[in-house]
Amino acid sequence: MNPNPLARSDPRWLRALLIAVTVLFLGLFLFLPLLTVFLEALRKGVGAYFTSFRDPAARSAIWLTLLTAGIAVPCNLVFGLVASWAVAKFEFKGKNVLITLIDLPFAVSPVISGLIYVLMFGAQGWFGTWLAAHHLHIIFAVPGIVLATIFVTFPFVARELIPLMQEQDTDEEYAAISLGASGWQTFWRVTLPNVKWALLYGVVLCNARAMGEFGAVSVVSGHIRGLTNTMPLHVEILYNEYNFVAAFAVASLLALLALVTLIAKTVLESRIRTEVPALDASALETIR
Amino acid sequence: MRMPRFRRSSVLPGFGLTLGLAVFYLSLIVLIPLSGLFLKTATTSWHRFWETVSDPRALAAYRLTFGASFVGAAVNAVFGFVVAWTLVRYRFPGRRILDAVVDLPFALPTAVSGIALTALYAPNGWIGKLLAPYGIKAAFSPLGVAIALTFIGLPFVVRTLQPAIQDLDAGMEEAASTLGATRFQTFRQVIFPFVFPAALTGFAMAFARALGEYGSVVFISGNMPMRTEISSLLIVAKLEQYDYAGATSIAVVMLVASFLLLLGINLSQWWFSHRLGRSGA
Repeated sequence: MNPNPLARSDPRWLRALLIAVTVLFLGLFLFLPLLTVFLEALRKGVGAYFTSFRDPAARSAIWLTLLTAGIAVPCNLVFGLVASWAVAKFEFKGKNVLITLIDLPFAVSPVISGLIYVLMFGAQGWFGTWLAAHHLHIIFAVPGIVLATIFVTFPFVARELIPLMQEQDTDEEYAAISLGASGWQTFWRVTLPNVKWALLYGVVLCNARAMGEFGAVSVVSGHIRGLTNTMPLHVEILYNEYNFVAAFAVASLLALLALVTLIAKTVLESRIRTEVPALDASALETIR
Repeated sequence: MRMPRFRRSSVLPGFGLTLGLAVFYLSLIVLIPLSGLFLKTATTSWHRFWETVSDPRALAAYRLTFGASFVGAAVNAVFGFVVAWTLVRYRFPGRRILDAVVDLPFALPTAVSGIALTALYAPNGWIGKLLAPYGIKAAFSPLGVAIALTFIGLPFVVRTLQPAIQDLDAGMEEAASTLGATRFQTFRQVIFPFVFPAALTGFAMAFARALGEYGSVVFISGNMPMRTEISSLLIVAKLEQYDYAGATSIAVVMLVASFLLLLGINLSQWWFSHRLGRSGA
């Protein structure tokens, strides 16, 4: 591939130095914190570790996290499919504005993402009095947590699908339609199989963020033990009560989720690359 | 029925339905709640707004947030470059694992990174213990904030630089070497100008992300007003006192700052691609 590899290669000592710096830096900043989570969780033995999950508050936090992700991820999945169909398969004015607006939640910090819902639905919010009169609770209740989670994970699926579907032209869909397939059949049999790995990729990232979100959820939750605590919020409460083993035990579940996410991400990236060789690899490296 | 004018005609169905649904959901979840933030600010008097956002505690919070974010992004720009270079150019055992782990700060919930970093850098933690004899206090000080912001910003720099290093033209490096340039000269005059835009973008993205970070900082910072309180925490503190107007004012300042930063990233990317395109022609 490269006719004169020597011209591009660094001297051996430099290579060794840079590899050492990389290993040390990533070891110090990434591996060590990850290791700490598991070591601190097991500090008082395996027994104490598993006792942490017998606490009903921990169980309800796990349940609420699963529930929240179970609502937020499908919502954003459907949105991602709908938006990418409109954006990638049609030409219309204002398309770039729409793409920018879809990415907007990534530019809003977590705390502000929660704050905007407090301003809408909180006791002093725009709809606060109306909600109170009808005995509806959004803020300091589960609906607020779900809303804030949907907001912070909003772009994940759409931003994976849009570039990929734009890259693939509409010839296959045209062929399907002209052979008499309905729009729904075309989508289900032609479009979806072409983007399945990218879709799964978006869902994996969306789910990781949905289960791990802290700032936005913290603002709207009210931290009611056993009722409005997700796993990350429960970690905070336990930590602030100096119940370190329990805090790190719950945190270790989230760290395992992160590891599974990383593995799935790596596997899916290579899948997408082999299935869609035409796609520029850098499009997959886009982050956030 | 006549086609709507603003789009080109297509035989594929579902345009109206999908665009309608997408815009409806986008408005409901994102646009309306976000505009509520600016509406709320508009109902606050200018005097009150200014008083809140220029209060000494708020100024101290901006200083810390911007300062620590800058330090974190700068550390990442340097070490992120080394990491990206090593991962792209060299082949060594464990490279793929290191490459995958770069994304850990994205995947690990911020609260988990927060307590893990605090446990490491607290005076009795593994690293804190090593620093303590030198009188360096890492956790519960501005340094701790910078450490947490370095952690969360790393993937932005590495992931932006990797494709740029991958795209380096082998011919240019060979030409430089054939013409007698040393490896260092080649780096400074051929490689660096080419990857600089990507490094700047990665730096700015890490900086923008750090400005709004909350979860990983809130544990390690100690949250002392005037000293280790970041802007996000000040917003939360004001909300806890039901000072919605105050929280909103600080939030608007931070939101405008990050929007301007992202606008700057896009403009500079456009400018660089324009300039590179022209010089290449």
